[in-house]
Formats: sequence, structure tokens, C-alpha cells
Amino acid sequence: MKEALKHIVVAGGGVAGMEAAGALAEMGFRVTLVEKNNDPGGHLGRWHALFPDRRPADEVRHYLRKRIEHRNINVITGTTVEKIRHHGHEVAVDLSGGTEERADAVIMATGFDLFDARRKEEYGYGIYDNVITSAELEDLFNNGRIVKADGKEPARVGFIHCVGSRDEKVNNNHCSKVCCVTAVKQAIEVRKMIPSCEVFCFYMDMRMYGPYYEELYRESQEVHNVNFIRGKVSEASVNINNRLVIKVEDTLAGRPLKMELDLMVLMVGMEMSAPGAKCAAASGLPAGINRFLETADHHFGNNLSSMKGVFYAGTCTAPMNITDTISHARAAVEETVRYLNRR
Amino acid sequence: MDQANKFGFTINRSRLIDYDRSDRKVRDYVTLMEPSFRLCFACGGCAATCTAGYHKSFNLRRMNTLIRRGEIEPLREEVTRCMLCGKCLLVCPRGVNTRNVVAAAAAAIRKLDRNEL
Repeated sequence: MKEALKHIVVAGGGVAGMEAAGALAEMGFRVTLVEKNNDPGGHLGRWHALFPDRRPADEVRHYLRKRIEHRNINVITGTTVEKIRHHGHEVAVDLSGGTEERADAVIMATGFDLFDARRKEEYGYGIYDNVITSAELEDLFNNGRIVKADGKEPARVGFIHCVGSRDEKVNNNHCSKVCCVTAVKQAIEVRKMIPSCEVFCFYMDMRMYGPYYEELYRESQEVHNVNFIRGKVSEASVNINNRLVIKVEDTLAGRPLKMELDLMVLMVGMEMSAPGAKCAAASGLPAGINRFLETADHHFGNNLSSMKGVFYAGTCTAPMNITDTISHARAAVEETVRYLNRR
Repeated sequence: MDQANKFGFTINRSRLIDYDRSDRKVRDYVTLMEPSFRLCFACGGCAATCTAGYHKSFNLRRMNTLIRRGEIEPLREEVTRCMLCGKCLLVCPRGVNTRNVVAAAAAAIRKLDRNEL
């Protein structure tokens, strides 16, 4: 007689959750994928094109959508995982709305939240019209036009790196890893869409850690004439013409610099997601000093939690790009299967 | 006519930062008085917001580097230019107690001149 399918709950239907659910279903497990929004897809849903090759984000979205089209997968949307607890040999999962799922294992894939740029008040997000976030710039790319609040094209755009990252003042000492290369990608896209527009990136360090990132950085200078100024922007204001004015030190010239901008793009970083943090706290799963989930071992236990039968996938453990998130989710599946086979 | 006159021969002091011969006493004193000094990663946020720096050549980011390298001479003028307003404190992403760094550097130089370091 065939053994009843083992059941795994995946908390979070972003890149990590979809990849993990798809891989488990393919291997013959029954999966319940719990997603807080009305559709799975996570932050990727908003992105227009991806670094480093600027491929349409739709291609990866399509792959992930196909990945979870499987008869073993049940997707529950508009729902969050509130608490995970042991129940005999099983894991009991409390969902928002009061229902409960029983599972053989759980994969936490609750992802990240984008930093709320209003917390860096000195940059004027939510105060000045033409201060937007990197995610909002992707919305403009999706609309096919980059325009200021008055509907006109900008003549000069500035990208401010490290907004909400590497900044003790907002309690985020960590680097969000992907914002540097995102800024380079977006700077190129702005230059391509509006060839007359000047583009400046204000950075503290350029962290081109992935394959073809450095090449993209080089291309942005060589082909697209993107300018890079090394300095952390201290504040922004508007002048009488309603143009943004920023203050920065050009640290390589060793002198303070002021610049007018038509559009200022804040490269918002990653923080542990609020629902993920709430669930982890309720379940007794410890967080690190950066508030992301603490894994059992940084080198060889990077998918393991402190609770039996509970595994971690993706950016709930640390900022990650899509490539690494997919790899991390696959590794979480491997750990989960190993656990289930041993049990 | 000898060569010196013909070519204006002079001996210049080297611009080299000779790290093996530089004086680290000021750095050690500043670090002792204000341990957060070590956290500076030279982003320039302090210099961007600095009111004094817009009018004179005061630059806290550069000053921190000079202290770390043991370059004492340029510091003498530098420490007198800060107005101690503390705007840089509000900006620093590493939480360096910037104002106290300036005060400690000024004290270090006074002590150095009195042979107390």
C-alpha cells in the first residue's frame, strides 16, 4: 500500500517559497504554500528587468508560476503563518484567520520588507515630490516612461545608495547586497530611455559581488556614461524652482558638493519582513542582531532552524539576490527531505 | 655656472606617508578618549553636512584619516576650525561621536606639544 504523501507547509510565496514548493511537489510531497498577498510572486512581481543582464523579470515570474502549477501543491493566499509549534511527531502551523495545518515539516520563506524610506527623513521621501524609491522607479519602467511629478522628463537623476542599509541611525548595520548593482542597472535603463538625461550614483562603496556585476558597472561607465560620486548624501531640500538640492561630500575630491536633481531615487535596502518576524517571535525562533532569522550554522547549517522540522529558505535569513535565493530554497528542500527520510 | 643654478635644484620633502616612521600617539590618544573613532568608514556624511566645511577647508572625514595615518602637522590648523555644532553627529551612519573626536584630537595636540603624550 502506498504511504500517504508527506506534507510540508511553505510559509511565504515569493521566489524562495515558490521554488521550494515546486521542488518538493516534483519529488512527490504534498505542499501547502501560504502567501500573505492575493497572488504568489513576492517582490519580483513589481520588477521590470533584472540585473545583471537586464532580462525581463517576466521570464523568471513565468518560470516560478509554472513551478507551482502542480497537483501536489495547494496555494492559500491572503493568509499568513502566525505560529509554528510541535505537535507530537508533526508540526502544527497556525494560520491567520484561526485555521490550523498539520505538517511533517515547515519551510519558512517569509522573505524581506523593503526599508521604509520615510525613516530617513533627511532625504525627504514623502515630503518632496520627486523623491522616489528604487521599487517605484521599476513601476515607472513598467509604465514605459520616466517622469517627474509634473509629468515632464527629468534632465538629471541621482541614485542614492545605502538608504536604510549600513546605517546605525536606522538600526540597520547590515549591507543589503543587491542595491549597488540594482542602482547600476537602473542608471543604465534611465540613460537608455532618456539619452539626454544625466545620471549620477552617490555611493559609499560599490559592492559588485556577483558574476557579471563588475562588468555591468564597467559597461555603465564605458557605454552609458553614468557618473559615480563617492560620498554619503547627508540631506536633500528643494530650491525656489522646486528642484531638489542635495548635499554630499565628494570624498575623492575632498570637498563638499551640492547638486540639483530633477529626480532622486533612494536605493532602499532589505529588512526582515514584519510578518516573518512576528511568526518567528511567536514560535520561539531566534533572530540575529540584524533581525533576520538566525540559522544553526553560517557555513553548513544555513537552512537549519533551532526547531526540529523547521527549515529556512531565502531572504528571511539574509539579503540575497534571486539566483542565491533559488539556490538557498533548493538547499532547504534537500535538508527537509533528508530530515523526513531519517525520521 | 653650476648645475644647481641652471635647473633651480632644490631638495623637496617627500610627500610620502611613511607609515613606519609616523607618529601614532595622537591616534592612540583619540582612540582611547573616543573608541567609536575606529568605526569611521570614510563616507563623508559629516563633511557633507558640516557648516564650517562649506567656508573653510575643515573636513572631519579627512581629519580622521590623517589621525589614523599619524600625519600630525596638518591637524594643528584643522582642529581649530570646527565649531563643535554637532550636526555631523546626526548624520554619521556608524554612530561615531564625531564632536568628541575633534575635542580629543585638539587635546592630543596640546598634550603632544607639552610632551605629555
